[in-house]
Amino acid sequence: MIPISWYLILGAALFLLGMLGFFLKRNIIALLLSVEIMLNAVNLTFVAFSSHNGQINGQIFVFFVLVVAAAEAAVGLALVIAMFRNRETLNVDRSNLLKW
Amino acid sequence: MIELLFVLFAAVALGSAINVLVQKHVLYSSLSLILLLTAISALFVLMQAEFLAVINVIVYAGAIMVLFVFVIMLLNLPADEDGVDRLRWLKLLGIPMVLFLLFMVVRTVWKVETDAPAPQLAGTAQAIGASLFTDYLLPFELTSLLILIALMGAVVFAKKDL
Amino acid sequence: MIEYLSSRDFLILFAKMITIFGGVMGALAYTTLLERRIMAFVQMRPGPNRVGPFGLLQPIADGLKFLFKEQTVPGTANVLLYYAAPIVSIIPALLSFSVIPFGPDLKIADINVSLLLIFAITSLGVYGIVLGGWASNSKYPLMGAMRSSAQMLSYELSLTLSVVGVLMIANTLSLTDLVKSQQGTWFGFIPKWNIILQPVAFIVYVLSGIAETNRLPFDLAESEQELVAGWHTEYSGMKFAMFFLAEYANMVTVSALATIMFLGGWNGPAFGPWWLQMALPTIWFVLKISGFLFVYMLVRATIPRIRYDQLMHFGWKVLLPLALANILVTSFFVAVL
Repeated sequence: MIPISWYLILGAALFLLGMLGFFLKRNIIALLLSVEIMLNAVNLTFVAFSSHNGQINGQIFVFFVLVVAAAEAAVGLALVIAMFRNRETLNVDRSNLLKW
Repeated sequence: MIELLFVLFAAVALGSAINVLVQKHVLYSSLSLILLLTAISALFVLMQAEFLAVINVIVYAGAIMVLFVFVIMLLNLPADEDGVDRLRWLKLLGIPMVLFLLFMVVRTVWKVETDAPAPQLAGTAQAIGASLFTDYLLPFELTSLLILIALMGAVVFAKKDL
Repeated sequence: MIEYLSSRDFLILFAKMITIFGGVMGALAYTTLLERRIMAFVQMRPGPNRVGPFGLLQPIADGLKFLFKEQTVPGTANVLLYYAAPIVSIIPALLSFSVIPFGPDLKIADINVSLLLIFAITSLGVYGIVLGGWASNSKYPLMGAMRSSAQMLSYELSLTLSVVGVLMIANTLSLTDLVKSQQGTWFGFIPKWNIILQPVAFIVYVLSGIAETNRLPFDLAESEQELVAGWHTEYSGMKFAMFFLAEYANMVTVSALATIMFLGGWNGPAFGPWWLQMALPTIWFVLKISGFLFVYMLVRATIPRIRYDQLMHFGWKVLLPLALANILVTSFFVAVL
């Protein structure tokens, strides 16, 4: 039997890696991928708690997180396509027209 | 034996997550993310949530990541060029800070006690379906609305001319 | 763990793995010969019949040919992904056979979500095509890969939805239990197969299965007249053989799933002495799969190819609403009766 703290630490490590990528990457698709890493870490933590407490609610919530991730990935990629069509680059530093 | 499996899948998950961040070309990052998703599905199976593990592969690795890979291939994106790296100090400072944050989490979590043996949970389709369609019916219907809105939004944003 | 490795259970499991894997690989090799002979007979010519009696050694000759061919790599190809694509294509194709029950005891793993596992594995097989087409760095493979993967994703929806009706009747996701729920007969002679209860779902499943495995009439993405050879244009030798085998393995998987869900799996009348009765379920199963493969090849030899926009229209606007309507009607009947 694996103690739950192992899963929680793994989830935290993955979440922090995703956060690191989100802060440090400049490519928009890489940012979206970092968000997906964070969502997966959260899924892992939910399922760990669900199996530790013997309740099914954690797994139901993972279901909803999956749906939201799908919707967000679809709309995010559509925005990426629109942005690429207009600016020819995916570097977020170059999309600074609103900057003073 | 099961600890060995956990260490193996956890190592694959951490390695592919680090690979997502390290690669310059975003296609290799997406392929590493697919590996991460299969490692997390394997960890779900270790926690007796096999229905969710298979759904994770079907939805996330089999559909969402295909969308990512499609967009990368259709836009024909080059590898990120090495320009002026204005974030270099931030990157050097960021890694120790993240490690410090991880250390704080480990210190909090390590003391969680498993005094009573866990009640057995069956992560089968029956258990999830029974709860999803009785207690959580309203969020379920709302997610269908959410997907419809996302569908319309994606089509509108990606059209060439409205 | 070391005790398990030398125990009797592990040896039996190992023997089952060797039997199933060996049988599947032999069947795949001879399916290629079967296809060429059937298409040849439809076209009123003999087909390969020179190598060995009735051409039975032809697959061995083909295998040797693939082994000795020159392995070319396009100059500007992405070498890592170019070599990885056939591997990513064949591993899911062969992995599906680990959960398919070939008989009451002849199965490698018995999971209680095995049907969904097979769908998950086939949805991972799309990556082999996408990576193969992109890594070749040339226009025909790229177009073929994009079209083929879009087609496979679209028909995966109607494939999984057409099966939901059967799942509502049988109340289980495990393949072994699906077969066991079709045992017995009504009125003594009509077998309790799901094809009688779900004819619409059967038709939707078969059509989606043919489109999912990129076979004629749905194979615009790899046709000779349109796209040289689609995503496997730049592949030669053993890498092409892996793509080829992966396609036939997918065909056999779809046929196996169709017999398990709609034609009763390994159920069949039992007769004869005890040693025949032990082998009879597997024989019935193999006969039913062979029937499906025969239909696959006849369809390939007979029906013309449909155009890509007609293909997408058919998948999204005809098969998907039909599968959803089937779920609606089945749920009504299951709730009332």
